[in-house]
Amino acid sequence: MELNFSLLMPELALFGVGLLTFVLGLLVPSQSRKGLGSIALMGLILVLGVTVANWSNQGVMLNGMYIVDRYAMFFKILCLTSAILVVFGSYKYVDQQVKNHFEYYSTIMFTTLGMMVMISAGDFITLYMGLELMTISFVILAAFRSTEAKSLEAGMKYLLLAGMSTAVLLYGLSLVYGTTGTILIGEVASKVAAGVDSPLLIVGLVMLVAGLGFKISAVPFHMWSPDVYEGAPTPVTSFLAVASKAASFAVFVRLFIGSFGVIQEHWVGLIAVLAALSMVIGNLVAIPQTNIKRMLAYSSVAQAGYIMVGLVAVSEAGIKGVMFYAFLYVFATIGAFTVVAAVSNQTGSDEIADYAGLIQRAPLAASVMLVSLLSMAGIPPLAGFVGKFYLFQTVVQDHLWLVFLGLIMSMISVYYYLRVILVIFRDEPKDASPIRLGGATAITLVITMVATILLGIYPGPLSEMANMAAQSFLIR
Amino acid sequence: MNIPVLTLTLLSPILAAFVIMFIPKEEDKLCKWVAAAGTGTALLLSLYVYFGYDQSVGGLQWVDFGGPVPWIRDLGVSWYMAVDGLSLPMLLLTNLIGFTAVFASWNITLRAKELMIYLLVLIAGVMGTFIAQDLFIFLLFYEVVVIPIYIMVIIWGSSKRVTKEYAGMKLTIYLLIGSAFLLVGVIAIFVQALQITGVPNMSFEALSRVAFPEQFQIYMFALLLIGFGSLLSMWPFHSWSPDGYAGAPTAVSMIHAGVLKKIGGYGLIRFAVFVLPLGAKFWAPYIAVLGVIGVAYAAMGALAQKDLKYVVGYSSVSHMGYVLLGVATLGVVGVNGAVANMFAHGVMAALFFSMIGFIYEKTHTRWIPDLGGISHYAPRLSVGFMMAAMASLGLPGLVSFIPEFTIFVESFKVYGILAVLAIAGIIITALYVLRAGANTLFGPAREEYKDIKDIRGPELVPLVVLGGVLVIGGILPSLLFDMVNSGVAPILAHINEALQLGGR
Repeated sequence: MELNFSLLMPELALFGVGLLTFVLGLLVPSQSRKGLGSIALMGLILVLGVTVANWSNQGVMLNGMYIVDRYAMFFKILCLTSAILVVFGSYKYVDQQVKNHFEYYSTIMFTTLGMMVMISAGDFITLYMGLELMTISFVILAAFRSTEAKSLEAGMKYLLLAGMSTAVLLYGLSLVYGTTGTILIGEVASKVAAGVDSPLLIVGLVMLVAGLGFKISAVPFHMWSPDVYEGAPTPVTSFLAVASKAASFAVFVRLFIGSFGVIQEHWVGLIAVLAALSMVIGNLVAIPQTNIKRMLAYSSVAQAGYIMVGLVAVSEAGIKGVMFYAFLYVFATIGAFTVVAAVSNQTGSDEIADYAGLIQRAPLAASVMLVSLLSMAGIPPLAGFVGKFYLFQTVVQDHLWLVFLGLIMSMISVYYYLRVILVIFRDEPKDASPIRLGGATAITLVITMVATILLGIYPGPLSEMANMAAQSFLIR
Repeated sequence: MNIPVLTLTLLSPILAAFVIMFIPKEEDKLCKWVAAAGTGTALLLSLYVYFGYDQSVGGLQWVDFGGPVPWIRDLGVSWYMAVDGLSLPMLLLTNLIGFTAVFASWNITLRAKELMIYLLVLIAGVMGTFIAQDLFIFLLFYEVVVIPIYIMVIIWGSSKRVTKEYAGMKLTIYLLIGSAFLLVGVIAIFVQALQITGVPNMSFEALSRVAFPEQFQIYMFALLLIGFGSLLSMWPFHSWSPDGYAGAPTAVSMIHAGVLKKIGGYGLIRFAVFVLPLGAKFWAPYIAVLGVIGVAYAAMGALAQKDLKYVVGYSSVSHMGYVLLGVATLGVVGVNGAVANMFAHGVMAALFFSMIGFIYEKTHTRWIPDLGGISHYAPRLSVGFMMAAMASLGLPGLVSFIPEFTIFVESFKVYGILAVLAIAGIIITALYVLRAGANTLFGPAREEYKDIKDIRGPELVPLVVLGGVLVIGGILPSLLFDMVNSGVAPILAHINEALQLGGR
């Protein structure tokens, strides 16, 4: 057995810089740990560079335990990009609200490592390890504002509920192992194709849907997300909403389309119904919310519903739709949450009513909020429109009702997005003092806005990249 | 053609908006002049294109960059800007109204800088729909316009019978839900075309050459009809229109009633009928019925209104009924009439709304019983108002007479009794328009209005430009009709060909 370490380069590099940040944090005195953010940022950019450079370096390691294909690479790039944006956009917030810099930054990096491992996992054990590394790190991150009761509550809730969902997931995996006799995803596929089919396998499948459904916060496993989103420090919320969701979708696709694609008649209906429920409930419950983080939490439930449509297609185009949408969702969501963090950092409030007159107090932040929300709603020329186009075109022939429902619900979502925009643009601010963003946050905001607009009017390059990645997934 | 004239026309308001971003917000006069320059340039360019179009050749001309520029390859989207006799009147109309809308907002001082930016983006968006020959780009522009309108309504709108927040939200949600149906249709048509031809291509021309099955066409046409129909305020999807116009600021009412609505009619002809001729054949009688109901229902509605903006709002729903009737004839004369009527109604509605805007600005009311005798103090304003009113009831000599006449001629041939009912609608139109004019402008001079100032200076621009077009279009109808005919005739020729092939 030959170990090709070059395939592991991104993970090794991330592990290295994560440790480096941690050790540096221990060495320097606590007053001078502010610079750790920059070191973490540089490290993450380096790892992203390594990952991009390895775009064509594909292969399978350890007899299929670890799969490095372009599909995995695409999601790794996505997770690293969001980690970079989250770190860069929240220097100031972390500095003032979170305090313990060195643990914060290194935990973010280990979370990302967990995601990368689960994305590449080729068997259930590796998958479980990556997933747990990510989940446990998130528990720590969610509870990071240790003086805030809400933050602690968020950490506790996430710990308990994530633990439960992991148990369900594990049970599901064990049932699949029990019926097929293997833990390798590739072998499961061939066993299933060869005709292993028993009620236990179906039960296992349903449990997998429940376990992963929790991670992507699909209805009815979404209950945790509003509370955790509200309580966790805002940069953590955005990281949770974006990267953990994307990584879980990567696993979802690999497991269901990769291993169980042959028996799709057993699960496509279930996923379609869950997608529909997520779109309807996420969007409808978002309407009465008055706290912007809760509203974004419900809207992210709805977004999960849209992305699941790509799974329902069970096709290369569907996978491509999932990847494309997950990537553009990174920019829109991080843009919105970075604004939330910047505003709450100054005003101390996450209530929508306190966004009154934001256009006059911080024109850049207000514009980013506008662009991000409208992209989530799928209004052209922003990225969300193209993303939905790619997603929904894949199911238009077999599940026309889902297209109808999805597009109508996304127009309904405009209603609650517009209410935020109304407050931002029309109302006069109670306190007209400008909101100071700080250079790093401003740059992050500009990046997310430009990316959201650019992906909307010129999606070609990312779309090609997603095509290549989707092809690599099926060839294997 | 080496210079991409159409793209430049599209860019000039956007450039102006970009310049305005860097002007301090206290300098609102400067912002307005820059906006006027941007829309003025677009107007001049579109006049240049209009009169440079070779009608004897016909077809798509002024193609930017020599042909479609690939944009999103795997969706077959390309940057394909070109005009024909169907697009050109609409392009010209957009820029006429855009230019005058800037002057109709001349007296607004509240956050004028932002207003001008949204206005310019809005104009560019509307323009884009008329010159894009690619379905995807068309859709992109079609939905771009929704958000600036919403923001403009909630900031600069007015709350009378309904609050401006309600009006803005109703306008936005109605149009977006309509566009959701449209989008489903578009996606399905795209996927079906891809399966039939194997090559993704979103240009209208390419889609029109795909032979879709008849049943598919009928279903899809229904979706597109709901989408475009709700934009065109087709009965029963019209109820956003009066409320929306009443809540909106003058410039938005002008653009919305003037051109934005017409995207619905334009899309119906350019996309729905052109690409799905068998579907059009199936649904045409229903469209005609809905059109006539719209004419009668909205005319009655206008009769009952006491708010000037509601009168014009209902009247515009009623006029769109004629457009639908014209489209439903599926004959060259009728569709010509429909397109020309969209142009005529656009000019007329914009003039109407701008004059009402001035009346409201000067008297602070739009309530007809409170008004009266305005003509004693503001003769120029009254001239504009009466011109729009006369055009609305189709007075010969103004631009809207001949389009209505041609619609009636063709629809009488095809639908008989329905056309008679529609013609009867004219009588009601005359009734409410004349009554509104009489009660607002004429009658004894009122003491409380003796201090109002007549429109002057930049305020005269809408009257002169739009009024001028009303008269010129009425005296020289061939300027408009030959152009429309050169665009509509080939489209209908294509449809008839498809109907003969596909229709048993």
